[in-house]
Amino acid sequence: MNNNQNLQLSGLEAVTISPESNFVNIGERTNVTGSARFLKLIKEDKYDEALEVALDQVRGGAQVIDVNMDEGMLDSKYAMVKFLNLMAAEPEIARIPVMIDSSKWEVIEAGLKCLQGKGIVNSISLKAGEEEFIKQAKLVKRYGAATVVMAFDELGQADTYARRISICKRAYDILVNQVHFAPQDIIFDPNIFPVATGIEEHKNYALDFFKATKWIRENLHGAHVSGGVSNVSFSFRGNQMVREAMHSAFLYHAIKHGMDMGIVNPTMLEVYDEIPKELLERVEDVLLNRREDATERLLELAETVKGAGKKKELDDAWRQGTVEERLTHALVKGIIDFVDVDTEEARQKYGRPLHVIEGPLMAGMNVVGDLFGAGKMFLPQVVKSARVMKKSVAYLTPFLEEEKRLSGTSGKPAAKILMATVKGDVHDIGKNIVGVVLACNNYDVVDLGVMVPTEKIIEAAKREKVDAIGLSGLITPSLDEMVHVAKEMQHQRLDIPLLIGGATTSRLHTAVKIDPMYDGAVVHVLDASRSVPVASELISPTSRDAFKAKVKQEYVELRKDHESKQQLKNYISLAEARKNRVAIDWSTTATYQPTFIGKKVLVNYPLEEIAKYIDWTPFFQTWMLFGKYPAIFQDEKVGAEATKLFNDAQVMLSRIIAGRKLTASGVVAFYRAQSTATDDVLLKDKEGKQLTTLHFLRQQNKKAKDLPNFCLSDFIAPVDSGKEDYIGMFAVTAGIGLEKLIDEFKAKQDDYSEIMAKALADRLAEAFAELLHVKVRKEYWGYSPNENADIDTLINEKYQGIRPAPGYPACPDHTEKKTIFELLNAEKEVGITLTESFAMYPTAAVSGYYFAHEASRYFGLGKIEKDQVIEYASRKGMTLEETERWLSPNLAY
Amino acid sequence: MKIQDLLKERILVLDGAMGTMIQRHKLEESDFRGERFKNHPSPLKGNNDLLSITRPDIIKDIHMQYLEAGADIIETNTFSSTTIAQADYQLEPLAYELNFQSAKIAKEAAQEITQRDPSKPRFVAGALGPTNKTASLSPDVNNPGYRAVTFDDLRIAYKEQAKGLIEGGADLLLIETIFDTLNAKAALFAVQELFEELGTTYPVMVSGTITDASGRTLSGQTTEAFLISVSHVPLLSVGLNCALGAEQLRPYLQILNENASFFVSAYPNAGLPNAFGHYDQTPDEMGKQVEEYLKEGLVNILGGCCGTTPDHIRVIAHLAKKYKPREQLVA
Repeated sequence: MNNNQNLQLSGLEAVTISPESNFVNIGERTNVTGSARFLKLIKEDKYDEALEVALDQVRGGAQVIDVNMDEGMLDSKYAMVKFLNLMAAEPEIARIPVMIDSSKWEVIEAGLKCLQGKGIVNSISLKAGEEEFIKQAKLVKRYGAATVVMAFDELGQADTYARRISICKRAYDILVNQVHFAPQDIIFDPNIFPVATGIEEHKNYALDFFKATKWIRENLHGAHVSGGVSNVSFSFRGNQMVREAMHSAFLYHAIKHGMDMGIVNPTMLEVYDEIPKELLERVEDVLLNRREDATERLLELAETVKGAGKKKELDDAWRQGTVEERLTHALVKGIIDFVDVDTEEARQKYGRPLHVIEGPLMAGMNVVGDLFGAGKMFLPQVVKSARVMKKSVAYLTPFLEEEKRLSGTSGKPAAKILMATVKGDVHDIGKNIVGVVLACNNYDVVDLGVMVPTEKIIEAAKREKVDAIGLSGLITPSLDEMVHVAKEMQHQRLDIPLLIGGATTSRLHTAVKIDPMYDGAVVHVLDASRSVPVASELISPTSRDAFKAKVKQEYVELRKDHESKQQLKNYISLAEARKNRVAIDWSTTATYQPTFIGKKVLVNYPLEEIAKYIDWTPFFQTWMLFGKYPAIFQDEKVGAEATKLFNDAQVMLSRIIAGRKLTASGVVAFYRAQSTATDDVLLKDKEGKQLTTLHFLRQQNKKAKDLPNFCLSDFIAPVDSGKEDYIGMFAVTAGIGLEKLIDEFKAKQDDYSEIMAKALADRLAEAFAELLHVKVRKEYWGYSPNENADIDTLINEKYQGIRPAPGYPACPDHTEKKTIFELLNAEKEVGITLTESFAMYPTAAVSGYYFAHEASRYFGLGKIEKDQVIEYASRKGMTLEETERWLSPNLAY
Repeated sequence: MKIQDLLKERILVLDGAMGTMIQRHKLEESDFRGERFKNHPSPLKGNNDLLSITRPDIIKDIHMQYLEAGADIIETNTFSSTTIAQADYQLEPLAYELNFQSAKIAKEAAQEITQRDPSKPRFVAGALGPTNKTASLSPDVNNPGYRAVTFDDLRIAYKEQAKGLIEGGADLLLIETIFDTLNAKAALFAVQELFEELGTTYPVMVSGTITDASGRTLSGQTTEAFLISVSHVPLLSVGLNCALGAEQLRPYLQILNENASFFVSAYPNAGLPNAFGHYDQTPDEMGKQVEEYLKEGLVNILGGCCGTTPDHIRVIAHLAKKYKPREQLVA
């Protein structure tokens, strides 16, 4: 019989969750934030295979299937709709109800429009206030779905018992009394957080969850409780035994307290009764916070379970193997401790040092290469392998030298690849990673470093007789520099393959701009993992001709395609575009006066404060681990590696902070500003004295109705409005001292730490910029004094005002950076210099403008027409040719 | 008296087929066109809903016959009166008017009969049909992710239809012959949106269609899944109609009886179609089968779909008087 206590859901078939039901298991693999494999399939448009992931979930016993497409590079709404529609066409999958999982309401709503059954929304909350919550809840109800409600309010996520129950109660009352939401359709997620973290406040996390669950089930009549279980054991990443024990013990208690559904990976669960008694006791001590030393005792036991027990035997076991096996093991696992001993043993066994390199070391690195190629090892691990390799080779080098000296012979040389970051650019993390990966695969890498002029690249390539040249660059002017290198190589009739890589490079740019300049092979390499197969195909005598022909042909096709698309694009004249500017009624708009006009310098800003603002997601991207922080830790594929990397990063970060290894300084300034009819912004000082002019560019592509042709100057009150308006600008760095720090690592051939230090410096600089922007909004400029700035708000840019930087999509002209630097006197004040290509040095630096107007937003300039370029050149007093060179990626003609 | 209260007292009778009755008139293209659509570019024969404008006399007469046979609720002649379904005839702009006129005619008929016997009030159910497109199925087997119509297309079309029906005088709304539940959910979304705008609500009936002995809708849902999928709205009734005869429909009706916290309705076809596509179950044969529902107390609203006539409804009305209505589950 029908019972209103029951949560009823449906796909093609009905699912009823009653008090008698067993725990409902929600399938979690069709989630791009939790599964790298699923993300890859969706990104590559392999929806057929993605459907199989869903099918596996259903066949594996999932009673509800969670679908999440929240990933920065995805059109989440499109992917959600497409996948749900395809799932609907597979009766076996469509049988069970769907949980639409997104932090974006528009994605949720688009998903709801695809479900004929009654699904679950995951999630809504009071995070953005009652009004938004009510609006969304009403719609969820109208679409006929149940909903997960996160214990989250305007102040943040609930992390205590009291906050959990008060937020849930408040949400429940609003839902039931105001929205008339069926109580049984409400599923609370009272936040499962990691325990045993060593942090005092975390000790009650599990217990508070249990208590809150019980309270909800007893007091919020009809409501259900769910959660993501694997979070709880976060601190024991890598120790599967402890984690599984924690999950099942947690579930055991959570279910006893009334949790009736949840996201659980069934393969990560131990049977409660089979948990060894001592382990169970200590796990429960932690979960239930039964004793002061619970965490220490579990950690202690975890060591014996993992290290002293099983692991130690294993450790000893690998030391028992042959010297070849030991070297391979050390390489794969990145264990550096025994390298010298084992290398020496191998040297004695093989007689000649070169035989050690060509024999066991190369064999070991081949294993690493294969595992990496198969996606079973990850970049941070490979970098550690390289460290072992380098150490071993370093040990052998004196013997090699000695041998050479005695006989004058040498072995077969490895293929040689020259790597360089082109002139004007100073960024080298990516290049170094590629270098390490290539070195691991037995290529001899000649690294010329950064800011390398064309002549030097070509001269070194000839001298060293390299087999390929790899060019890297991060900023847009580097694209031109690469074209220049290609032209020069053609001029000198070289036939060395050219590899192109780096953040701003693209396959299309390589095809359209670089490839036609050079008759030799030119290949765009998407990321470090592709560098090895590409290099080997380009260098191997058996494949290189065919490969070159294949790539050349692909690029011809791309060019054709590109040209035909170009003709379709519609552009409007600059005059028309200006008529369609951002419509702001300045007569009714308030402008905000900053608390000071002129500069303010912040020297040696506390790093510990900056570190709180780090956005970790890009940090993982640097290491080619893709996923959103912190969900990336749950990822079945890269989760464990991401955790290790993160832990290493924390260690390095505390070293940097505690040891004052890096210095962060910044300068911020505000000026009086008014915009002109020709998209310029005139700056004045406090006394009204004219300072300088900023030049901006306007979008010229034909827009849909109601969409303006944006230009940053639109956000500043025009001269003829009679309004006083203001603009801000800033430059920050966290890279002072980095050179010294990495020299230390270089001396130890420790690429891993070197890359880590650079990546962290970059993150700190970004975090500093973020922090400063908060200070500007709340304090220095002060136009949003009451802004609630949690890290999520910052990452998702939900605040008022923007900080665009020259060289980025809204204002791609790098030369404008010079104006900012001169005004701020950034070189003298904070020690950041500009290269001839206007790259900032140290590289861990960020600069830009501040706009405060509430309409201000980020946009991409896109392509512009010649009329604007001619006018812009004259406004700036540059020649047309020079202007076109700086703006080449944006020219529509 | 409110229909909700009447339903607690007795079984209410719904009318029978409109199409079957129109067929008896053997109408030609010119009847459908009338004066107004004389020069309309596309053929209009078969657009039964258009007759509410071009031959209102016929439609009103059919309503009168069903009311006289004992129907408590008559359905408006608007099965295909959405912009989506009318696109087949290039009559999308007529959607609102079709609904308004159809409701107006039905209301006139119902009021006339109610006046004759005020103790037996008659009601007009504004009918919202399934349209000829499905929101959760692809019409292209090679492209299973494709959809010929979206939720929003349907929502907009149904909202216009419901507005026309209510403003034309319908007492309640009937979302019927649902073979894709997503279409019905769009209709439910639309009427809730409309009610909010109007600042009032009307009773809503929902009736799904189980296509064959698999016991599922065309879009694959079981009866129970269908029920759960439409239960987010406080419905007047949920039920089943069309596709099957009374006998074949019984097991699925039983499922609704056991699970629905709303009143339950049924209006089956007059048996299964014969080799020529005609329904030849007689009123007495059908009566015997529906009497089984009544004995078991499965329904609160009972009527007929394809192939049923005023004679069938007369038999049903006669039987319905003898039995108690299904007891409503406590919500």
